[in-house]
Amino acid sequence: MNLTKEEEKMLNGELGQGTKRAMELLVAIGDAYDAEKMIPISRAHAASSGQEGDLYFVELLANGGAECRVPTSTNPVYDIEFFHKLFEIPGDEAEVARRVMEAYKKVGAILSWSCLPYLTENIPLFGETVAFSESSATPYVNSVIGATTNREAAQSALAAGVVGKTPRYGLHIKENRKGTVLIKVEATLRDSFDYTLLGQVVGEQIGYGIPVLTGITRRPNTEELINFCAMSNTSGAVPMFYMPGFTVEAQTVEEAFQGDVSEDKITVTRAELKRSWEEMQTASGRIDFVMLGCPHYTLKQMAEAAKLLEGKKIHSGVSFWICTSATTKALAKRMGYVDTIEKAGGGVVVDTCIDEPCWTVYRDEVGMTDSPKCAYYRRFKDVVVAGLEDCVEAAIKGKYE
Amino acid sequence: MKGEETRLKCHKIVGGCGEGEALVSHEPICFYLTDPRTGIVREKTHELAGKNLANKVLVFPSGKASSVVQIDGLFKLASHKLAPKAMIVKDVETVLIVSAVLAKVPLVDRLEKDPFEAIHTGDMVKVDAEKGIVTVRKNIS
Repeated sequence: MNLTKEEEKMLNGELGQGTKRAMELLVAIGDAYDAEKMIPISRAHAASSGQEGDLYFVELLANGGAECRVPTSTNPVYDIEFFHKLFEIPGDEAEVARRVMEAYKKVGAILSWSCLPYLTENIPLFGETVAFSESSATPYVNSVIGATTNREAAQSALAAGVVGKTPRYGLHIKENRKGTVLIKVEATLRDSFDYTLLGQVVGEQIGYGIPVLTGITRRPNTEELINFCAMSNTSGAVPMFYMPGFTVEAQTVEEAFQGDVSEDKITVTRAELKRSWEEMQTASGRIDFVMLGCPHYTLKQMAEAAKLLEGKKIHSGVSFWICTSATTKALAKRMGYVDTIEKAGGGVVVDTCIDEPCWTVYRDEVGMTDSPKCAYYRRFKDVVVAGLEDCVEAAIKGKYE
Repeated sequence: MKGEETRLKCHKIVGGCGEGEALVSHEPICFYLTDPRTGIVREKTHELAGKNLANKVLVFPSGKASSVVQIDGLFKLASHKLAPKAMIVKDVETVLIVSAVLAKVPLVDRLEKDPFEAIHTGDMVKVDAEKGIVTVRKNIS
């Protein structure tokens, strides 16, 4: 890679050891992809996690005096103070999370602890060059917003935030943004849970690729797109997709493929979605807890949950949790949604991911969720996956039938 | 023939040198879905389910799953000294590069032959990422 004088200085450590380590990682990536140069980014999102690999790298940068040169937001870890009062958390695990959060503060990151920063705390615009990690964030930013990002890791995104640049490769180059496989959707997609299932099936079927989806008749809403992104980029590696007519970059299938329409074609029917849904279930009947908010619930979803719980009582044997961002919870509280959920016996927790040690109390129990991603990385014994309405109904009855 | 050695050119992504028995997966791999204390793949529907990837030379098409867990998965294996000795992939992606850098596992791509034809589970494989050479000793038993 051709580096400018300033970039050379960064790599040599003249601008601090933390910046040097960030630069080293970016240069390794750039060389792997035969990138010619680095390009400036306007913002980054580091998918911090409060886990060991995360701790190693962010402390390396923080202790080396690195500071983010562009706005860099953070992913959920967990609300340590809140959970300490509630559950027993292994001391060493809590210490890792505490140090991670401290180190992100030290490098000057935006302490959003949210997996949907692109809705509120750190919003890219069309055409911006950014470095966004996190499974829903990467495809959302590329496809729905039309900024450009590669499928970053937490560490490469953080390094880019510190350096203020990223190697020019992959999805920062137009030719690489063309569709790789045509997906014909023959099922009628009714709600956000159907988009979750579609994401699961598409990711599973194509693995790595840029799908171009046709056959979608109704404009998908924000939550539906978030779910599709989160799932397709979890069951597979889908950093970008096209729904011509609904996503921003291509108005036609032809354009999405940059004229070179793929021979590869996959048809997704209702039967396919149903099969995928059935495969996720490892239990039925009695449930111990419900976990929602993977990805974090939006204000609209908080409203939906509150409406379903209005005047109801969650079964005494069931714990009920919704994960969201601090920003969304503040507004949901103002709107009365949090009160309604709490009155019904549920809890709304901020800064927290479903995949964190604060939940180990549920490790031998049966959980229910509307997120196959939550089920996939499950920290509990058995899982039922269904849409929000079914989750709330089961929470009230204490069982899913 | 048993013992026959093939040298193949490759492209270095993460430097270093690693040698061991090949373990081939035709499906993408998520390191988080392996047991960090043994290296056994615990993703039930995976073609490698129940197989141990510790200290193997791993041949697979690409990584998968969210960036957070992929990196933590490989990092944990490495901190228990159970990471693969080297990795040969078809499609490289950023998350896998970062995982390999942090776990210090040599990683290469662009093998001059299709890796799934050139290498089979049980072959002895040496990956010299620095020189860009993969040496395969066939195990035809």
